[in-house]
Amino acid sequence: MRRALSIAALASAGICLATPLKAQDHSGHAGHVMPKANEPEAAEAPEEPVDHSQMDHSQMDHAAMGHTTPPEAEPAAPVDHSQMDHSQMGHAAMGHDMPTAPSKDETPPARALEGPLHAADAIWGSEAMQPSRDNLVKDHGEMEVGTLMVERFEARIADGEEGYLWDAQAWYGGDIDKIWLKTEGEGEIGGSVEDFEVQALWSHAIAPFFDLQAGARLDIEPETRSHLVLGIQGLVPYMWHVDAALFLSDRGDLTARVEAEYDQKITQSLILQPRAEFELSASDIPERGIGAGLTKVEAGVRLRYEFTREFAPYLGAEYEAKLGDTADIARAAGDDPTGVKFLAGIRFWF
Amino acid sequence: MKLASHDKSSSLLPRRRFLMGTAGLIGATALPVPAWAKGVSMQHAAKGFGTMSGEDIRLDIQNSHYSTGGRSGHAQTVNGSVPGPLIRLKQGQNVRLHVTNHLEEDSSIHWHGLLLPFQFDGVPGVSFPGIKPHETFTYEFPIRQAGTYWWHSHSGLQEQAGLYGPLVIEASDGSDARFDRDYIVLLSEFTPVHPHEIMRKLKVGEHYFNRQMQSATDGNMSGDERRMWGAMRMNPRDVSDVTGSTYTFLMNGHGPADDLEYLFKPGERVRLRIINGSAMTFFNMRIPGVPMTVIQADGQDVLNHEVDELQIGVAETYDVVVTPPDGSHALVAEAMDRSGMAIASLTSHPGHKATAPALRETPTLTMADMGMGMEMGAMAGMSGMDGMDHGAMGHGQMGGGTMDHSKMSHSMRDTSILPEDVATGPGVDMVSPMPVDRMDYPGLGLENVGHRVLRYTDLRAKRANPVRAIEREIELHLTGNMERYMWSFDGRKYAAVKDDPIRFGFDERVRVTLVNDTMMAHPIHLHGHFFEIVNGAEQTRQPRKHTLVVQPGGKAAFDLTADEPGDWAFHCHLLYHMHAGMMQVVTVRPFPA
Repeated sequence: MRRALSIAALASAGICLATPLKAQDHSGHAGHVMPKANEPEAAEAPEEPVDHSQMDHSQMDHAAMGHTTPPEAEPAAPVDHSQMDHSQMGHAAMGHDMPTAPSKDETPPARALEGPLHAADAIWGSEAMQPSRDNLVKDHGEMEVGTLMVERFEARIADGEEGYLWDAQAWYGGDIDKIWLKTEGEGEIGGSVEDFEVQALWSHAIAPFFDLQAGARLDIEPETRSHLVLGIQGLVPYMWHVDAALFLSDRGDLTARVEAEYDQKITQSLILQPRAEFELSASDIPERGIGAGLTKVEAGVRLRYEFTREFAPYLGAEYEAKLGDTADIARAAGDDPTGVKFLAGIRFWF
Repeated sequence: MKLASHDKSSSLLPRRRFLMGTAGLIGATALPVPAWAKGVSMQHAAKGFGTMSGEDIRLDIQNSHYSTGGRSGHAQTVNGSVPGPLIRLKQGQNVRLHVTNHLEEDSSIHWHGLLLPFQFDGVPGVSFPGIKPHETFTYEFPIRQAGTYWWHSHSGLQEQAGLYGPLVIEASDGSDARFDRDYIVLLSEFTPVHPHEIMRKLKVGEHYFNRQMQSATDGNMSGDERRMWGAMRMNPRDVSDVTGSTYTFLMNGHGPADDLEYLFKPGERVRLRIINGSAMTFFNMRIPGVPMTVIQADGQDVLNHEVDELQIGVAETYDVVVTPPDGSHALVAEAMDRSGMAIASLTSHPGHKATAPALRETPTLTMADMGMGMEMGAMAGMSGMDGMDHGAMGHGQMGGGTMDHSKMSHSMRDTSILPEDVATGPGVDMVSPMPVDRMDYPGLGLENVGHRVLRYTDLRAKRANPVRAIEREIELHLTGNMERYMWSFDGRKYAAVKDDPIRFGFDERVRVTLVNDTMMAHPIHLHGHFFEIVNGAEQTRQPRKHTLVVQPGGKAAFDLTADEPGDWAFHCHLLYHMHAGMMQVVTVRPFPA
């Protein structure tokens, strides 16, 4: 029963993950406020009669539209809208300036298709042209780049404990597909590494602000364990960077992690970064002291100063709490499930 | 080198030996010594340029070193100077340009704005194979036009590194002799950072070069407005991708520290040939206290129009005439984002430096730049839809009260309003909900400057264009993703359309409407042709241009008679936008005609 509930919780987390994707195309049609009726300039009606009788306007959101037909969009020929299904058209915010309307003849005349595909081949020969043509493609949008970003590299000071943490990502690739590496870990200063994981992911742009990421995660500490990873990473409205992933371990445990952070520029160089992280588990994982459900939350804030864009030391504080059964397990072991840590670190990238 | 003296006769056109632009420079030293002749590969580049004229012109592309102010670094130059030499030709002559590439990579030179056989247009992969290392390529064509133009490399990002220069063609009717002085004002940038590293930083570190972003302490937007921009994942200070944080802005190769001077005598009519040869920077050009009369745009004569300031997009040229009063006047080219300026003294007192005006406040984008119409003016006119029953249309959310911009949460990416042939996907982060014609827009930051600013709607062709009916209309969308730094036409990068050019029939008359679905102004350049911009003038007076700035969230149209057969590049002239894929090939067929 508990397991079923946890899976439901995870599923809803999954829906949360998906939400930003949907949000892209629908970023709030609510809250349209009509202009006053006395706005200037009456619209020009289309010259051709339009039969709206068969149109399905049921899904049209006419909020905020100016029903203007700009002169250049006047239909060149009578337009029969009777067969059109407008049900999927988002009319939000548009004038009835439908660029899709067949008002323009986009077909070039026959002579435009005469002669060689590449005129330069007729002058210089295709053998001479082909390498430069290939290079032209490379030089106009096909470049690949990479970067390494150490987002957090910090000392964490709590009562009687001095730990450290790292959190770095590197990627290489083109606009759509990238290889992505991530590593995170922490330990006690002077002590051993307590957590250490690396992820190798293939990242594919699926929306303007989101990448789908899939691959593998290997935990080196606390014990070797491998996972399959499926996640999304990107920017949600209001400029929060979100990284959310599901992990399926080689022992069948399903866990999830959602991280979100926001850069609030105070000046061009001084940046306040609130950051939150949630961890979830579909099942109890006794050997890691994890109980099913929402297992852990971290909420922190870091204030960094960018001496250059690439190099920024910071100070911060973070509240960390184990939750639910996980908290109970911690308490049973004599540990405090909550705590506040002070942070000092550097953020740097290349 | 001879400095321009007060003696009018020594500085007059059309003498060949006259060194335009640099003639008036104090601080420019001897004629650039061709490094290639000495076998030196990394000589310091001279600032300013010499003049090359005649029927046979030799140009040598080489590596150099350049420094200005506190910045120095690698440069690629022609004949050892930044900019490269002025190529000064006469309408009606023939020219052979012998270009030798001394680099270890392919290179090229494109003659920007020239009407010529397409195979000499200089775009590797489109018009010719490019110039291999240590090879010489000869361009040969007749000079059919007059006016102010420029040239630049069309290979990789070499243009950023210094491979550009002015090109002036003297009119055969002698009309260029009207002026007492004739100067070139070539605007550009220098950066010590390798252009490929700039490109990488644009791709990986969002807004890397922008040090004027809206922050808690910068910008004066209300909380509501800030949240609205945040909701769209956009920053209203996204004005320029690459800024004064790495650029030193140059005038004829001179940074602000180099004290460039243009001399005149009171009463003289001075022609300034303003060329924006920069990679990424729109400039606001003004001479405080001295009105400028615009006489040419993109090398084509226009009816005189007096302004106090003009914004010049990348790759555009404007010729202005000034008659400055006695004294030293600041000739100011302020970067559109106000992150720096190029400056020179226009002075009647040699050695007397004009006082530089302060940089003005960084402009902030508005609703119009998001394609929401002219400050929502286009929201007008629901009355035009008399036949529709609004009552049944679910206007429940629409309040009847006053407009509250902060609550206007339009979908900024309603892809259903795009034509079917526009690809949507990760490369398109915005669709202008209500793009309007912005030909009357003076340019970002110049809306309320309190003096006369040039607008495209002010331009009238001096010579009447032939009247031709439009045979076809096409629409192209300028698309992009600021966050990923992806740029394209119709949502497709060049790779996706390499074998799917924009096709025109020879002599076809087409109206091309460009719809800007981004929040940046794009200077769109068509090679080998002049088009007439649709700016409200009657058709015969529509000004002829080779580059059209399409304002953010707006649209702009040009009428083209496709009368130059062959293949031509068509692209955004912001160098890194082009390099990111905002490029297409236009074919005019049949070929051979």
